[in-house]
Amino acid sequence: MRAFTYQRAQSPAEAAAAAARTPGARFIAGGTNLLDLMKLEIETPQHLIDVNGLALDKIEATPGGGLRIGALVRNTDLAADARVRKDYAVLSRALLAGASAQLRNKATTAGNLLQRTRCPYFYDTNQPCNKRQPGSGCSAIGGYSRNHAILGASEACIATHPSDMAVAMALLDATVETVKPDGAARTIPIADFHRLPGSTPHIEHALAPGELITGVTLPRPTGGAHIYRKVRDRASYAFALVSVAAIVLPDGSGRVALGGVAHKPWRTPAADASMAQGPHAVAERLLAGARPSAESAFKVPLVQRTLMSVLAEAKKG
Amino acid sequence: MSDLCDVSLSRRNLLIAGALSATSTAVPLTAQAQAQAQPGTPPPSLAKFSLQVNGKQYALEVDTRTTLLDALREHLHLNGTKKGCDHGQCGACTVIVNGRRINSCLTLAVMHDGDKVTTIEGLGTPDKLHPMQAAFVKHDGYQCGYCTPGQICSAVAVLDELRQGIPSHVTEDLNARPLLNAAELRERMSGNICRCGAYSNIVDAMTEVAG
Repeated sequence: MRAFTYQRAQSPAEAAAAAARTPGARFIAGGTNLLDLMKLEIETPQHLIDVNGLALDKIEATPGGGLRIGALVRNTDLAADARVRKDYAVLSRALLAGASAQLRNKATTAGNLLQRTRCPYFYDTNQPCNKRQPGSGCSAIGGYSRNHAILGASEACIATHPSDMAVAMALLDATVETVKPDGAARTIPIADFHRLPGSTPHIEHALAPGELITGVTLPRPTGGAHIYRKVRDRASYAFALVSVAAIVLPDGSGRVALGGVAHKPWRTPAADASMAQGPHAVAERLLAGARPSAESAFKVPLVQRTLMSVLAEAKKG
Repeated sequence: MSDLCDVSLSRRNLLIAGALSATSTAVPLTAQAQAQAQPGTPPPSLAKFSLQVNGKQYALEVDTRTTLLDALREHLHLNGTKKGCDHGQCGACTVIVNGRRINSCLTLAVMHDGDKVTTIEGLGTPDKLHPMQAAFVKHDGYQCGYCTPGQICSAVAVLDELRQGIPSHVTEDLNARPLLNAAELRERMSGNICRCGAYSNIVDAMTEVAG
């Protein structure tokens, strides 16, 4: 690990200003992804701004009937919150499907959104990787690509975003709240928060340098059946091969999002609009433009079958 | 390389030299690119803070890079907590901080100023075992023992999480209290790997302590 200087932030605005002002500065909250990458010198911040002392750890009702989740709410607390379990069950389910209990106890809401989109070649510093070293090439294309993206990938990167929570947040139309280094607040719809790789896979989200997430807001509950189905190589503590998050209303309408298939949670208006037509129609629209490798081709039928299973479960009630 | 050129090279040595030069050009390129991306890594920086470990207060001054795991083992000489993967994948480093189990390898010691840490040494002693330690012995919940301190810290925390009603991936009804059964215990212990494969005996030990 490279050496770094360390400070504790006193307020969100001060933290954002300090991050913009200090070369090589990064925020640290749970640290479970950042420290992992710092040990491998994939991340080499020169200065860490510890935001754990900021009072951003509350879950509060919003005037609009939704829920505001502080940036520092730990994954365990968010999954266990009685309001989330009752009204946003897909979010609880997604969180509980991710990582281990030890990691969920540390990992924060904002940190979960900001974990690096990654693949084994990103971790292997002996191999080219456009995400780790822009312009060096992509080792996954033509390499071992079984668990890589089949949608929205580029010639520069085929990594997938590993978060389960983010898939549920995308399904729920969450809004990310931030404070910028000049102290101004802004909101970013979750659909615009994560970026597709394009030619700049090292840029993964819409935040400006120094911009700090302060919370995530969920709109009022939708009702309906909430399901999060994660398909993985082992029963627990593994990334998704594919995951399906769905909310299905009694009339068969609803919405659906996929994890494990792209650089960001995958949701399309056309798929949502076809929910009442059944899983084949939904899968066709979600998978439109899919370009799997020979090794990841199995993900196409796996998405189709998982969708069939999820929608059948929703129907059963 | 110029020294090598002066001697007569066998074919084999020539190949080795070629491989070495290929390596020596590839590595500095990578290092150079990283150094260019992150110029001016600062010199090592020390931080002062205090920890309460197993009820005892400690004042520490360590390099900011020191993980909580390394602070416990290398600075406080509490060697019960183990370093396995050092990347949060195996759970051998599990300790309880402010009542919650975490991977001590994936957190910086300096981030825990004033925190209360419980390690395996704080749960029980050889003369007075914690009930979970006694149950691991009784049910043979280990073979080599390396993962055991992490397993036991995790197991103690699991029963506490169940008491608090925290749900898990296998909890069928999110709005009811989670049940105490083998499926729940296995899921909740999935962050602790045991390469000797003592899993079923660990579940037996936990079930007995849970009553």
